[in-house]
Amino acid sequence: MIAFLLAQTIAITGGTVYPVSGPKIENATVLIRDGRIAAVGASVAVPAGATRIDASGKWVTPGFIDGAGQMGLREIGAVDNTNESAFRGNDVAASFNVLEGINPASSLIAVNRMEGITTTLAVPTGNLIWGQAVLIDLDGATIEAMRVKSPTAMVADLSEGSKAAGGGSRAGVAQRLRRVLDDAREYATRRADYRRAQIQPLSASAADLEALQPVLRGELPLLVVANRRSDIETALRIAKEYKLRLILAGVAEGWMIAGEIAAAGVPVLVEPLDNIPSYDALGIRYENAPLLAKGGVKVALMETATENTRDLRQQAGNAVASGMPWEQALRAVTLTPAEIFGVADRYGSLESGKVANVVIWTGDPFDFSTGVEHVFIRGREIRLRSRQTELLERYKTLPPKY
Amino acid sequence: MRALSTSLALLVLLAGCASAGARTTTAAAPAQAAPAAAATQDAGIGPQYPSTYQRHPNSPVLIRNATILTAAGQEIQGGSILFRDGRIVAVGTNVTAPTDATIVDGTGKWVTPGVIDTHSHIGVYAAPGTFGESDGNEATSPVTAEVWAEHSFWPQDPQIPLAIAGGVTTIQALPGSANLIGGRSAVLKLVPARSVQEMKFPGAHYGLKMACGENPKRVYGNRGGPSTRMGNMAGYRAAFIAAQGYRQKWDKWNKDHQGDPPERNLRNESLAEVLRGNIYVQNHCYRADEMMQMLDLAHEFGFKIRSFHHAVEAYKIADVLAREGTAVSIWSDWWGFKEEAMDGIYENAALVQQAGGRVVIHSDDASGIQRLNQEAAKAMYHGRRAGIPVTRDQAVRWFTANPAWVLGLDSLVGTLEPGKMADVVLWSADPLSVYARAVQVYNDGWLVYDRNDPAHQPKMDFTLGGEQP
Repeated sequence: MIAFLLAQTIAITGGTVYPVSGPKIENATVLIRDGRIAAVGASVAVPAGATRIDASGKWVTPGFIDGAGQMGLREIGAVDNTNESAFRGNDVAASFNVLEGINPASSLIAVNRMEGITTTLAVPTGNLIWGQAVLIDLDGATIEAMRVKSPTAMVADLSEGSKAAGGGSRAGVAQRLRRVLDDAREYATRRADYRRAQIQPLSASAADLEALQPVLRGELPLLVVANRRSDIETALRIAKEYKLRLILAGVAEGWMIAGEIAAAGVPVLVEPLDNIPSYDALGIRYENAPLLAKGGVKVALMETATENTRDLRQQAGNAVASGMPWEQALRAVTLTPAEIFGVADRYGSLESGKVANVVIWTGDPFDFSTGVEHVFIRGREIRLRSRQTELLERYKTLPPKY
Repeated sequence: MRALSTSLALLVLLAGCASAGARTTTAAAPAQAAPAAAATQDAGIGPQYPSTYQRHPNSPVLIRNATILTAAGQEIQGGSILFRDGRIVAVGTNVTAPTDATIVDGTGKWVTPGVIDTHSHIGVYAAPGTFGESDGNEATSPVTAEVWAEHSFWPQDPQIPLAIAGGVTTIQALPGSANLIGGRSAVLKLVPARSVQEMKFPGAHYGLKMACGENPKRVYGNRGGPSTRMGNMAGYRAAFIAAQGYRQKWDKWNKDHQGDPPERNLRNESLAEVLRGNIYVQNHCYRADEMMQMLDLAHEFGFKIRSFHHAVEAYKIADVLAREGTAVSIWSDWWGFKEEAMDGIYENAALVQQAGGRVVIHSDDASGIQRLNQEAAKAMYHGRRAGIPVTRDQAVRWFTANPAWVLGLDSLVGTLEPGKMADVVLWSADPLSVYARAVQVYNDGWLVYDRNDPAHQPKMDFTLGGEQP
């Protein structure tokens, strides 16, 4: 069955295509073959036998990528038994990779992908170092089928949320993170001594120190949650000291130091509608994402409510209303996150050779009047059904048909 | 990603907090018997904690050449609206400006009534959100009908100007949902003020916050109960049985004045006012089956439930809700954060509307209150895509006229009609578009927000000194 579907050739014709990697193309064809995009353009020949989908009057974009949330890791927020995102009891859970906690049968997946979200980052939760986040496609019966990149990033927290791991002080958090990184360096050069216990006690387990090696080598990005300006600056400082590849998430007061973040070449994940002040970020505001982007920072947008990852569309629309150019906002939910997560060779745009995550919309994907007509993940057309559509069918006329 | 680390707890806390507000009717509230807490007044105490709200003096304003959505059945292209002394004077295509009027060019812009939220915890769960501002749940007893949200409300909450910038002019600030009966709500004009009394909507009825389901049993399960839904029901019934006796004693004394007045009991005073119909029940309740239980409870004691709140399963009993005349205050798309919220669907609002019920889009959230227009739009368009007809006028009523009804203020606010209070929002675009922003917000004729004029962007005391380099 899968082989049959993968072998399908699908031609989406007549739509306004937004490849993201280039300007929009009117009346264009997107050709999908074997799960990949085979061609995109205004003069693409449709092979005989291809399944044609008429997208006249429609908009065609890459599937949206959300770099936040616990998709597959958490079914019901308030029900602990359904939560797999945290490795409890370890402030430095660097070796904790969430992949095998993901439930491909989660009801959240169908609800969100039918609104155009095709790829999400499954992010661990925790204290100082949360563990390894994994990028997944929202289709597939197994974690192997869903996996896009594992690990995608090591996640750490320098916000208010991690203070307990630093003895109750932000300074303690920063010092503890440095000590862990120092110990990981030392561990790498003295593994034999470690095994013979000829080394003073290190600040994390061998497994966690081992897991940090790709971070220290600059191969695996360190995704740091930070919101207060000074916490963002601490993250930039530590990343510079240890030559880390840094991704910043949250970044509520980032707009104050956009130039500094841009100069460091550090990309950010921002939730545009986050604007409620707390002592973690008194300077939080709607215009954060647009101001960061204007300041030259590479900005991806996110929606952090896992069950409503579909509201990434609304987040993007509001970023536009707050001043971000529309094309930049579209990029910020497609190609930019693909770049940040190191998969832009396969994801994020409609280009020949890329994975065929494609959405056909009735119009502007950010606006509420727009509906989703078709979703393709890895070239497979997704049925636009979920538990919610079945509840609708059951109760659309009352009494219900049980 | 602040949300990643902190917002789950917040969500559970706040979402769980749907509370019911109580209102008191004053003489100004039309069609409402002056509730005037007969018991307390007749006890010689007089009106309690009165509103000291006063309209801010302003020159008349004429907004012209805008698209006006009246929430009263009209969509006027190239329309004008004139208001003076806090009242709407004229709405139409042919309105003449008095010489002293401030003229606002509405070309390309849209106008709606002020946004009304029936379910807010701003002020009682104020930012910055520490223990110091956590004043929404008197979680010391499952029945606390004696507490009043206005006594927790902090008028300097920095979330207030954010909500104003979203076009909100009136809120019902509710106690949380930890308790079976959480206390009285405060119905407030959302204007900068030194005290909550200066914000109290003159003539508004108090609401009484009640809560079903998971929250009370979670909070009290290990603290003497209730620990089950049947325990919840027994708790409501015991409280109202006590209130029945209290009401009888007071009603008798008020009639014959024989002997000393009965001893006052604040808890029973609130509940007796519910039984008299003067305080409106605002009931946090997610599941359809539980709403049916609560309707039975209301029948047992002879009161009406003015609105269910959250009601993610309202669509399953839309016919019953329409028949009962109970409104639903709901989100467009929240679901799944707790078990009793698992069956939320986008089409909830549209299905209740179609069945003849009264739909309100509420927030229960300091972020969501800033874009109730957007939430209504999501619910409208998803309904339409499912083949359920919803007009633009109906969708606008979801955040204007219908919440006004839930608060008993529908003769005063909620539509753009001559004689109504001049609570008016000028939007940069169709308010049912994601790209629209409130450009100007008038509350009782007072320009409380202007997107393009920092002089009309109120700041709370808390925010002062926070300007960044």
